[in-house]
Amino acid sequence: MLSIVEIDYGTPKSPSETLVELNIDGRSIRVPEGTSVMRAAAQAGIAIPKLCATDMLEAFGSCRLCLVEIEGRKGYPASCTTPVTDGMKVSTQTPKLAEIRRGVMELYISDHPLDCLTCPANGHCELQDMAGVVGLREVRYGYDGANHVHAKQQDGSANPLFVAKDESNPYFAFDPSKCIVCSRCVRACEEVQGTFALTIQNRGFDSKVAASQDNRFLDSECVSCGACVQACPTATLSEKSLIDKGQAEHSVVTTCAYCGVGCSFRAEMKGQDIVRMVPNKDGHANHGHSCVKGRFAIGYASHPDRITTPMIRSKISDPWQVVSWKQAIAHVASEFKRLQSTYGKQAVGGITSSRCTNEETYLVQKLVRAGFGNNNVDTCARVCHSPTGYGLKSTIGESAGTQDFDSIESTDVVLVIGANPTDAHPVFGSQMKRRLRQGAKLIVIDPRRIDLVRTPHVEAKFHLKIRPGTNVAMLNSLAHVIVTEGLVAEAFVANRCEPEAFAKWRAFVAQDKYSPEAMAEVTGVPADQVRGAARLYATGGNAAIYYGLGVTEHAQGSTAVMGIANLAMATGNIGREGVGVNPLRGQNNVQGSCDMGSFPHEFTAYRHVSDDAVRHSFEEAWGVTLLAEPGLRIPNMFEAALDGSFKGLYIEGEDIAQSDPDTQHVTAALTSMECIVVQDLFLNETAKFAHVFLPGSSFLEKDGTFTNAERRVSRVRKVMEPKGGYADWEVTQLLAQAMGYPMHYTHASEIMDEIARLTPTFQGISFAKLDELGSVQWPCNEEHPLGTPVMHVDEFVRGKGRFMLTEYVPTTEKVNAEHPLILTTGRILSQYNVGAQTRRTANVMWHDEDRLEIHPHDAEERGIANDDWVGITSRSGETVLRALISERMQPGVVYTTFHFPGSGANVITTDNSDWATNCPEYKVTAVQVTRVTQPSEWQRRYRAFSETQEGLLAPSVKPA
Amino acid sequence: MRIERLVTMANDIATYFTTEPDHAAAVMSVRDHLKRYWDPAMRRQIKAHLAQGGEGLMPLAREAIAELEAPPA
Repeated sequence: MLSIVEIDYGTPKSPSETLVELNIDGRSIRVPEGTSVMRAAAQAGIAIPKLCATDMLEAFGSCRLCLVEIEGRKGYPASCTTPVTDGMKVSTQTPKLAEIRRGVMELYISDHPLDCLTCPANGHCELQDMAGVVGLREVRYGYDGANHVHAKQQDGSANPLFVAKDESNPYFAFDPSKCIVCSRCVRACEEVQGTFALTIQNRGFDSKVAASQDNRFLDSECVSCGACVQACPTATLSEKSLIDKGQAEHSVVTTCAYCGVGCSFRAEMKGQDIVRMVPNKDGHANHGHSCVKGRFAIGYASHPDRITTPMIRSKISDPWQVVSWKQAIAHVASEFKRLQSTYGKQAVGGITSSRCTNEETYLVQKLVRAGFGNNNVDTCARVCHSPTGYGLKSTIGESAGTQDFDSIESTDVVLVIGANPTDAHPVFGSQMKRRLRQGAKLIVIDPRRIDLVRTPHVEAKFHLKIRPGTNVAMLNSLAHVIVTEGLVAEAFVANRCEPEAFAKWRAFVAQDKYSPEAMAEVTGVPADQVRGAARLYATGGNAAIYYGLGVTEHAQGSTAVMGIANLAMATGNIGREGVGVNPLRGQNNVQGSCDMGSFPHEFTAYRHVSDDAVRHSFEEAWGVTLLAEPGLRIPNMFEAALDGSFKGLYIEGEDIAQSDPDTQHVTAALTSMECIVVQDLFLNETAKFAHVFLPGSSFLEKDGTFTNAERRVSRVRKVMEPKGGYADWEVTQLLAQAMGYPMHYTHASEIMDEIARLTPTFQGISFAKLDELGSVQWPCNEEHPLGTPVMHVDEFVRGKGRFMLTEYVPTTEKVNAEHPLILTTGRILSQYNVGAQTRRTANVMWHDEDRLEIHPHDAEERGIANDDWVGITSRSGETVLRALISERMQPGVVYTTFHFPGSGANVITTDNSDWATNCPEYKVTAVQVTRVTQPSEWQRRYRAFSETQEGLLAPSVKPA
Repeated sequence: MRIERLVTMANDIATYFTTEPDHAAAVMSVRDHLKRYWDPAMRRQIKAHLAQGGEGLMPLAREAIAELEAPPA
């Protein structure tokens, strides 16, 4: 079912700029060439009856309801499949058309149940609407013959055409008895999502919609994106929440709180209760599409595990004491003041998160810098994309991706390295697959055979299956081929880049040691494939690089990001549509939290604290003296905690005890602190080590903005009151006031206004502008009042692009006799990061435990069978998971996801980190894997500790 | 902080800049990196470590740290 507020124009918008004039029902209309008659009419407010057409899908022309008469043409053409022509004269309502349409509807209704009043689609059913529109008054055929409606035939025997409801999917039901076989669901699965899980099975009257090989939806290839549910014109595919609650009465546009795609949604509401989330067709990042997380996995926000009252305790072995907000805030302020007076000003700090809004993140860093009087503030981007910030700033001058997502529509060669878009950025993954189906070529650089390598109607031209930890070697080899085979875009480089740095780089990558032949030993990839991929990237037309944490979370993460920027500059693939360097951000607001000055060394928009002019502007605005020296990064905070100099930490929306590497090191640091304040929705892993718990608010409970991977700033809108009483920014403000630093914002928009005043790239951004434009990509200022989809167009942000030298330095994390395998980690479609949100939804039906993926050869050598419990040991620790034997893996490499705290994936990861930013080397850990019969020592301790901690909750806050 | 960790981090930075053919520029770059991204307490600690012999530090890291600015506590 479509959104309750959107208009369906029937067929997609035409991109043409040439206008055509036609006449519909006596009205003169001008529309772009290539527009269908149906859409032209709809744009003029003339509704032509339709059933199989919807503007998310290409015209299909099957329902025969949208027929029109066109002067000079024979018959009754379908308006959805007929493009407009100049001077065309169209009649949409004639006696003959009325008769045909009534006949068509009569046939439809003769095989459709007449239970409208009790049907979930009642009030918003397209079939019902069309019956009304065509004036259907009788159905002459009766309901006794062959039909799909009734379970039994007249004689009481089973109806062979009847198919019972499929309620296997946790979020939507499939009721084939209501199906009109318009195939909108099948086409949505193909065109929008690109999974091809649905089909029309059989022919003629036997035709029916089937998932995969007539499986239940849950057992089929369906990825539960919901595109089919949205496309269905009847109640055949309906959200279970809609079935339960009935039609929504109002709709609020907001932004998804999951991955860095930042999909725009319409929260369809009944009062403060969400009926369903419908992706917004006007959403600039997602154009009406979504994934299983954003559309369906929102139940966590109202989960009984939510803690909605503040709590304090003096030791982590004490029971939690429920207190008022006033008591809790006063307690934190007095503790932090005590710690600062006892151990020094530097003894406290704050951590913000990519799950927070821009306004919240900005306020936390302001609290730390102005209220605590130090620069000990960091964000979780430290452990994901900090190398992107560093690497892109050094080469092209701005710590952000260069394009918008739609840029891929003009891309000819897509290079994906260290990213798994169909799982981790599914909506953009679908857009990418669509472009690949249209013929763009694909290069994948990844140790695993990710789905994108071979998926319906998509096959990578090259899959460079590298060994984990050799990205820089691979990037240098690609550069070597480009430089030595004369594939450099010489004119671009001469005009746009620093000549000395380029000359140095050219000589550097041309060295024999970086030839694909010499590097094959290191990367494990045959040289001819590397040469082929390099030639394709350099000469295949518009080439765009998309990368993720498989690039950044390495000891050479920053070097690899520079290597990527070098490739784009050397081939001139930057500064226009269709090309560029595109970091796919893991969380919704990674870009935003970085932009907002939450790194210890910089203010908003990546301006160093030692920059006097910038610092003075903040000092003037905030009325305090600010430090000109960087503060502690997250891993530095842990080290400082262990040496006794760092004692208090305010953590908003981040779960360091689960998400940061080398868990035992992290928990040792946490236990050595005196006041840990966790502001979160749940008693997360870190909260089990905390002394103060402050209830956080979900994205549904507050106003603010998120900035996605394309630098797109979008509004988050409050649709219900905060369950804990305050939006997160209000809590930070209360804390600041209690610490003696005044803050007096009355609305999140005032925080954005302050950000805009102090940040040149945000100068033109305000809530009013976002309400007007829907979203805007920074830089947005006087020069770019509508924002900037593509950056570095005429010159780089830093002026001339700078090639950086990228020597390959093998990680110290090497395989040896004791640890002969490499473990690498990643995410899966249905779950999200530490899982705090998705584990508390029905998404666990797809993935309810983290498994160790292992190649059959490695498994056989160790006597491991599928589902066996296996111990994974590294120099940091040991954990136990069940084995999943998989040929996606290469021999020597094992893989796991990290969505469940008890899995202890980070017990194994080490303290190795990126040389420039200390981003952890999550992606490479040397391990041994053996069959075991019981959980690891750490897991047993973890379980006992967790049970104890949950037991310390007061009965009134314990989940029912 | 554990000095071994700081030594590793300083060496990691120095390793990146080792490729720079202009030695003076390499020293400057390592020093600049430490100054821009290391908290002053960490800088003081690594300087003190160098003063005591600087065990484990690479030559390039040593040169950079020798004249690294570190404001007093």
